Amino acid sequence: MQFSFTEEQAMIAETAKAFFSENATSERTRRAMAADGVDRELWTSFCTELGLSGVGIDETLGGAGLGMVEFAIIAEAAGAQVAAIPLLGLATAARAIAAGGNDTQKSVWSPKLISGEVIGACEGVPSLDFKDGTLSGEIDPVPHGAVADVFVFVSPQGAWIVRADAPGVSVHAHTTMDQTRPFARVTLHKAAAEPLADAGAAIAAIHQGGWICLAAEALGGAQACLDRTVAYSKERIQFGRPIGSFQAYKHRLADMMIEIEQARSAVYWAACAADEGAEDAAMALHAAKSFCADTYFMAAGNMIQLHGGIGFTWEHDAHLFFKRARSIQTMLGNGDFHREQVATMVLGEAA
Amino acid sequence: MKLGFSRTEEDFRTECAAWLKAQMAGEFADIKGITTLTAKAERRKEWEQQLAAHKWSCIGWPEEWGGRNASLAQQVIFAEEYARAGVPGRVNHIGIELAGPTILAFGTEEQKQRFLPDIAAGKTIFCQGFSEPNAGSDLASVRTKARLEGDKWVVNGQKIWTSLAHISDWIFVVSRSEEGSKGPKGLTFLMMPLDQPGIDVRGIKQINGDAEFNETFFTDATCPADSLIGAVGGGWQIAMGLLAFERGVSTLGQQMGFRNELDAIITAAKANGSANDPLIRQRIAKAEIGLRLMRYGALRMLSNTDHSKIDGAALTYKIQWATWRRNLGELAMDVLGQMGEVTDNPAYEWDMLPNLFLFSRSDTIYGGTNQIQRNMIAERALGLPREPRGDV
Repeated sequence: MQFSFTEEQAMIAETAKAFFSENATSERTRRAMAADGVDRELWTSFCTELGLSGVGIDETLGGAGLGMVEFAIIAEAAGAQVAAIPLLGLATAARAIAAGGNDTQKSVWSPKLISGEVIGACEGVPSLDFKDGTLSGEIDPVPHGAVADVFVFVSPQGAWIVRADAPGVSVHAHTTMDQTRPFARVTLHKAAAEPLADAGAAIAAIHQGGWICLAAEALGGAQACLDRTVAYSKERIQFGRPIGSFQAYKHRLADMMIEIEQARSAVYWAACAADEGAEDAAMALHAAKSFCADTYFMAAGNMIQLHGGIGFTWEHDAHLFFKRARSIQTMLGNGDFHREQVATMVLGEAA
Repeated sequence: MKLGFSRTEEDFRTECAAWLKAQMAGEFADIKGITTLTAKAERRKEWEQQLAAHKWSCIGWPEEWGGRNASLAQQVIFAEEYARAGVPGRVNHIGIELAGPTILAFGTEEQKQRFLPDIAAGKTIFCQGFSEPNAGSDLASVRTKARLEGDKWVVNGQKIWTSLAHISDWIFVVSRSEEGSKGPKGLTFLMMPLDQPGIDVRGIKQINGDAEFNETFFTDATCPADSLIGAVGGGWQIAMGLLAFERGVSTLGQQMGFRNELDAIITAAKANGSANDPLIRQRIAKAEIGLRLMRYGALRMLSNTDHSKIDGAALTYKIQWATWRRNLGELAMDVLGQMGEVTDNPAYEWDMLPNLFLFSRSDTIYGGTNQIQRNMIAERALGLPREPRGDV
């Protein structure tokens, strides 16, 4: 029985936490928000100096080995700072190619995605038209779509790699509520596309990587909301007392902690189950994505409320968490969708 | 970090599961599946002795006192298999999980000799005398008085919510031994035999019709002078140490009971068609997720071997399961519909799910209400300023 970090995992957690809290500062994130949503300097040093971008990807492809537990540790640390980096693309596009690509596709794209030389983005839609090596259709919205160099698009008909600079690809950047992970509309008109050799494996990798990434980001974000609000509640004096001494206030903080501790169990259950290929891995992924997203939104909403007026200002960071939380709730399947998958596992399909 | 248990731990699981299964299919088949704490009390005392005879009574205790010195993982496994086999709750759980560990930690050698073998053997059943009519959440304001007279303590006052006092042999009592003292100072922790003229136990009927708790009255009740644990006036420290034992491995066994309740709801929902209702499906999924997270949360808590710091996360566990189970009771009634509110049992005894609905209202109260739990989490885990104390 050892459902807690090994020494190596604790060290990765410490390193990642230090890296993001030192570098992914509010000031830098806001600069990225005003531009295209990516702190490129942060992304480059994450991929090259820190060398953590290959975690969870096979060493033969230029990855760092290790597994989803270690990846979750990193995503949790990034989420705690609402870091403006295309981490989700690593969890989805890069893993889709690593899992479903042929040898050429893997050797062309994996090292570049891991080194940060190219940015990947990924999205699924109900239908795409693939004919004579070209793909047509509209994919909207694509997270980090306007900064991606390469896309992985999936539909029930398959999974494809599309270069952003290929003829027939047009990208429209949306103004996005969460400016730390902006969306774009990608329109394909007979754009050159390479099918991934094993679309099923690619889609499974996208689900696993994407759901764990979002759940772990949400966990880190929710914990940051709690930590920052606790700190504020000890400093802010009203009625001659720190506001954190009032039960109406402290009970909400306690409720946040109760949910966050469950979210932590959910993330590491899912990540461990994925690494071990456990029997309950599929349920764990749905549980983690839905539970952590809801926890994050609850924590971020409370953060605004418990800060009062200052929490509603642009200047305060509360809205960064709040908007990221809202975005995660819908992204890659909303809570109702994931809970319905769990319901089907325990009750069977609805008649 | 890993999810499961080691091969040797799984071998231990196989061993205890086989023994428990054989017991529930054989000599003790008549108590299998009982969900209340009071039914068939005499048979369940025999079950305590059967556990002891096969050294399954207190596996976490040291071997010299009847235990197996079992690892935390083994204790977790035993608790899980115990519940999975449908074995009813321990009538001596207070003795095994609270009184025994308290005596082990704070008792004298003589007290260990006197009490531990009989607790381990299932011959001495303990109950807990903490709450009073005017000392509920505010436990430190107990008024039950104890005074030393010659070679005895003489005790006067009243305890309440003393679960199973009517079938117990001994009670531990937090009493005020220093005249005029207030709050946590001046309290003494005493162990008293229940079978004496100065102690009167009266059952309290609960909302589900059962009577698991009691009022316990002390009128010049006595116990020998050496019946105290710790120092005179040092009872609060003992009581608090004891409450820490309450967050032990038994929580994982308890979850298997929750599993059975959720499975009963799933079965009922499939049978009556509510399994097709999208809202019921969402709620069952939430319950399923909550139960799994409880298990992994408990494993995380028990895997944390760094006991040098207070584990704040552990403080969230009680309110988490209590609230989950209360919600489960409400879900059960929504699945059952109006038929959940009727029974053909004229004695007002309820089947598992309606009883769950009623009983679970106590889960968010006993052992520290949800409101007190939130105070504890906020003050001890998050370090927020304490609620100022009134002086009324």
